[in-house]
Amino acid sequence: MTTFNPLDEQGAPPVVVAAPRSSFTQLLPSASPKLVVGLSIAVLIILWAIIGPFVVGDPNAISTQEFLPPGSHGHLLGTTETGQDVWSQIAYGTRGSLIIGFVVGALATVLSGIFGILGAYIGGVLDEGFALFTNVVLVIPGLPLVIVIGNYIPVSQRGIFLIAVVLALTGWAGSARVLRAVTLSIRNRDYVAASRVSGERTWRILVIEILPNLIPVMASQFVFAIIFAILGEAGLSFLGLGASNTFTLGTILFQAYNDLALTQGAWWWFVPAGLVIALFGCALSLINFSIDEIINPKLRNSTRAVRRKWGLSAAQIRELEGENIK
Amino acid sequence: MRFYLQKLVFYVVALWAAVTLNFLIPRLMPGNPVDILIAKMGATGQPVTPQTRASLAIALGQGGSTNWFVQYGDYIVNLFHGNLGVSVTDFPASVTTVIAQALPWTIGLIGLSTLISFILGIGLGVLAGWRRGSWLDNLIPVTTMFQAVPYFWLALILVLLLTRLSHIFPFAGGYDVYGGLVPGLTPDFLGSVLYYGFLPALTIVLSSIGGWMLGMRNMMVSTLSEDYILTAEAKGLRPYRVRLTYAARNAVLPSFSGFAISLGFVVAGSIVTEEVFSYPGIGQLLWTAVSNDDYALMQGIFLVISVSVLLANLVVDLLYALIDPRTRARS
Repeated sequence: MTTFNPLDEQGAPPVVVAAPRSSFTQLLPSASPKLVVGLSIAVLIILWAIIGPFVVGDPNAISTQEFLPPGSHGHLLGTTETGQDVWSQIAYGTRGSLIIGFVVGALATVLSGIFGILGAYIGGVLDEGFALFTNVVLVIPGLPLVIVIGNYIPVSQRGIFLIAVVLALTGWAGSARVLRAVTLSIRNRDYVAASRVSGERTWRILVIEILPNLIPVMASQFVFAIIFAILGEAGLSFLGLGASNTFTLGTILFQAYNDLALTQGAWWWFVPAGLVIALFGCALSLINFSIDEIINPKLRNSTRAVRRKWGLSAAQIRELEGENIK
Repeated sequence: MRFYLQKLVFYVVALWAAVTLNFLIPRLMPGNPVDILIAKMGATGQPVTPQTRASLAIALGQGGSTNWFVQYGDYIVNLFHGNLGVSVTDFPASVTTVIAQALPWTIGLIGLSTLISFILGIGLGVLAGWRRGSWLDNLIPVTTMFQAVPYFWLALILVLLLTRLSHIFPFAGGYDVYGGLVPGLTPDFLGSVLYYGFLPALTIVLSSIGGWMLGMRNMMVSTLSEDYILTAEAKGLRPYRVRLTYAARNAVLPSFSGFAISLGFVVAGSIVTEEVFSYPGIGQLLWTAVSNDDYALMQGIFLVISVSVLLANLVVDLLYALIDPRTRARS
């Protein structure tokens, strides 16, 4: 969601700071509970995606013990219709989904940077053209387009990176529009005008003066692109158009649905795969919340718990709430 | 007036882009649909002659001239006549007829559930932003978790819980086919449609409401610290008036301008959701087209989805101008 207001300042400058922080650490989010929880879940899942496939067995190994419920015969999450171990499949599937997520995130960020930041900074006809192109890409529905493209690519050529490129080509426009709005507001600030008058080169203004202010926004859009990609890939795979010869969480769901896991009541086959996507998406959203709160300090929560830290009594808190202090 | 003209021109350009994309994709992709179909026929042991290839090429709109410009012209002319080719799956029905049967279901389902989720989400967002830190506000991370869930996975869970384990809802279809109901404007039929459509609609609403709610809540929080809100409160206006006419009206604007991004998500999710519920709509049809290599049908569906999404965005853009007088004044 493009919820943030481009007119907001980038957070109040620290007034009383004992030791001046470097400009880099200032950009880092401060540790809020949301960020800590989000980061821990995300890191845990990423680590599992890296290590998992080395630890578990072959996800394609077939045994005669089909549709075993979780926990039986050493199958932690039960088995599939052909007796494959769901736990191993999840490990490989998480890796596949995350690879797609991060590749798409990186590609989409680069594309949105080119069309959003560069266009807005240079201005003129180029900006008009880029903005029109961005908006056109934005209103053309992404997944149906990906489905059509995916179906034209022969199965043998449908690799994991090709799918990622197709998803990135349809998923960059939203963040390009956000980046353009922010860049437009930044490039008109006095300090940018000053550096232009003082004869700084264009690339220097762009990279040194403007880009650091865009980093929180870009980070939040990067995270958003990862969620978009993982969900998009899952949908694509569920329709049978995913990357061939690769396990992703979407292909597990596709197989489960097509091999009648639902009618057999084999919930252990499809519930964990979706749960991993949901947990990872939730963790990324939590990270995004804390990034949003850096961009827009007004969003910082003033819940009861926070107000209690101000050293107010319960009666004073109730009074505050009664007055609707925002 | 110029504002409306600008918008109209933009959507004409977008429509042209979608139409052209639809023309170019089959020609730019490595896989040739004729080759794919021939390979399939060969695999099943059917005789393949050069004539087969030529007739397939004509059926798929590749016959006649080899010149792309001529093909493009033919394609546009055919579009204006509503001729999208013949469906292989439902042979010999034309693609237009097949789509016309499915479209009302999807527009009803997605249109209604998007509307419900938008209104509910905006309303709850206003409340959460107004009473920041209340229980409703703390609920927001939970709803965003629903948003990060794949639509079709939520659908699978709902199907398992509410139709398999507890038989409260039917698990497939758009209405009671076996009960002898004939589609028409009868109370029985409409009741059946609502009953069968409840679960798919619930899936879409549950998955999409979090986004609206969060966006509205955040804008509400930002708006509430504006000076004019303070002025309104100082004037002694009633809280609900400040909340709705002063804060909410201004806070809702980004939700409207971000509608295009969100609608893309909803449409994408709903297409796959329909497949899970065997709902007789466009999404299910697209799946049939994809799994049967029905290229003409698939491209027709892409075109119809694009046009519908463009229309929805156009309506929202026009509404935006109605809510925000500045857009009209500026242009």
